[in-house]
Amino acid sequence: MKKFSALSILAEGLTGNKGWKPHWNSVEPKNQYEVVIIGGGGHGLATAYYLAKNHNINNIAVLERNWIGSGNTGRNTTIVRSNYLLNESSRIYEHSLKLWEGLSKELNYNVMFSQRGVLNLAHSLQEIRDSKRRVFANKLNKIDAEWLDSIDVKKYCKIINTSKESRYPVLGATLQKRAGTARHDAVAWGYARGASNLGVDICENCEVIGLKVEKNKIVSINTTKGDIKVKKLGIVVAGHGSVLAQMAGFKLPLETHTLQALVSEPIKPILDCVVMSNAVHVYVSQSDKGELVIGAGIDSINSYQQKGNFSIISGQMGSLLELFPIFSKLKMLRTWGGIVDVSPDASPIIGETPIEGIFFNGGWGTGGFKATPGSGWVFAHTIANNHPHNLAEPFSLNRFYKGILIDEHGAAAVAH
Amino acid sequence: MLVIKCPFCGERDESEFHYGGEADISRPKEPSKLNDREWGDYLFMRKNTKGLFSEIWYHSSGCRRWFRVDRNTTTNDITRVFEINK
Repeated sequence: MKKFSALSILAEGLTGNKGWKPHWNSVEPKNQYEVVIIGGGGHGLATAYYLAKNHNINNIAVLERNWIGSGNTGRNTTIVRSNYLLNESSRIYEHSLKLWEGLSKELNYNVMFSQRGVLNLAHSLQEIRDSKRRVFANKLNKIDAEWLDSIDVKKYCKIINTSKESRYPVLGATLQKRAGTARHDAVAWGYARGASNLGVDICENCEVIGLKVEKNKIVSINTTKGDIKVKKLGIVVAGHGSVLAQMAGFKLPLETHTLQALVSEPIKPILDCVVMSNAVHVYVSQSDKGELVIGAGIDSINSYQQKGNFSIISGQMGSLLELFPIFSKLKMLRTWGGIVDVSPDASPIIGETPIEGIFFNGGWGTGGFKATPGSGWVFAHTIANNHPHNLAEPFSLNRFYKGILIDEHGAAAVAH
Repeated sequence: MLVIKCPFCGERDESEFHYGGEADISRPKEPSKLNDREWGDYLFMRKNTKGLFSEIWYHSSGCRRWFRVDRNTTTNDITRVFEINK
């Protein structure tokens, strides 16, 4: 695979850009692998990459039912942060954030990680208290966090409406300066290229139809491109966790919901940070193309449809205009939905399953993108060692039977 | 926006209702006899069906009664709406 550098770009530019090859080899699956990863999104590709890179496993395939980046990796709002309240969450997300900081170099691929700062607004006295508590918790976990009062919020983000006349006035915000955004597609492409380079088979348009389990052990995978024998299987999907678990014969505590997002027409740079509000419920950032990228919460009903209710979008537009009256004339360019597996405590499920040889990494709900590198890192370790990585251990499926939930609902800076 | 035919009030917009999730999750008859696994299954494990799904809805801005709906989670088609226990 050709290395990207200033020199290679210059050389290609001078010779008509004819030397570029596809970034990864999309291949047909073989009939046997040591490890198969189901799900060619960011998390699955990162898992395959770190399995090959950190654990020297070279007989790996990633199965993607569509094309790389066609799922939620290519349809999220790209916010990366680690300012979670609870110790277990903050550790895994901070590990991930540290990987983000070196990711473009690691992958030799520009993932356009931009540490532009994330504001989490507070609109009530209770939210001020909760936010300050989270700042203190973050600091104890050595994560950068600051509390800004409304005057400082206005200084940091000049176009935000901090008027006291507002229905839900902005009373302050937490700020994580190291947080920001990344280019979602580039993350999938970069990991696919990196994994492919290390000998991982990337199999696109290869859908899993069934899983063959014998004596409580995974034997083979039935796909649209034939049967594949496998020693270890990692399920890394965003919205179909329950469907795959059912194929293997175990239960998961997940519900699948549609999560919508939308972008505006592109405008000149106006918003240089990420703003999230839990109470009025909207989050917004501006992409490098100039579009505002806007998201909020899930549709309430269980759904496997990649489209949602207009009422949700209309609600988040109301919230957006409450915070930024300046956007009132802006036209929205397109909306879309992705399906996300939501767990009862809004924390992911990572680790072993009741079936020998099957590992699960899912239930990331609405906040999985930020965790992509860290999730892949700890899951690769878990698969390679048949034992959870210490950062992943608290997120085992068993926590729902032992009653040790990691209750991030309302604690995680923004409602999931 | 779904249009749901409440068995008591007739057709209304989805925004009048609250979603109650999977149907037929009944509270254990003898809770003190359940072990951890059975509690975990009852409290947290869900079918999360892709396809025809039985669920309960609450007409919160209407008659404030619960009822059952059979809905396809891949198409949103509602095939049946009926009173609980009927």
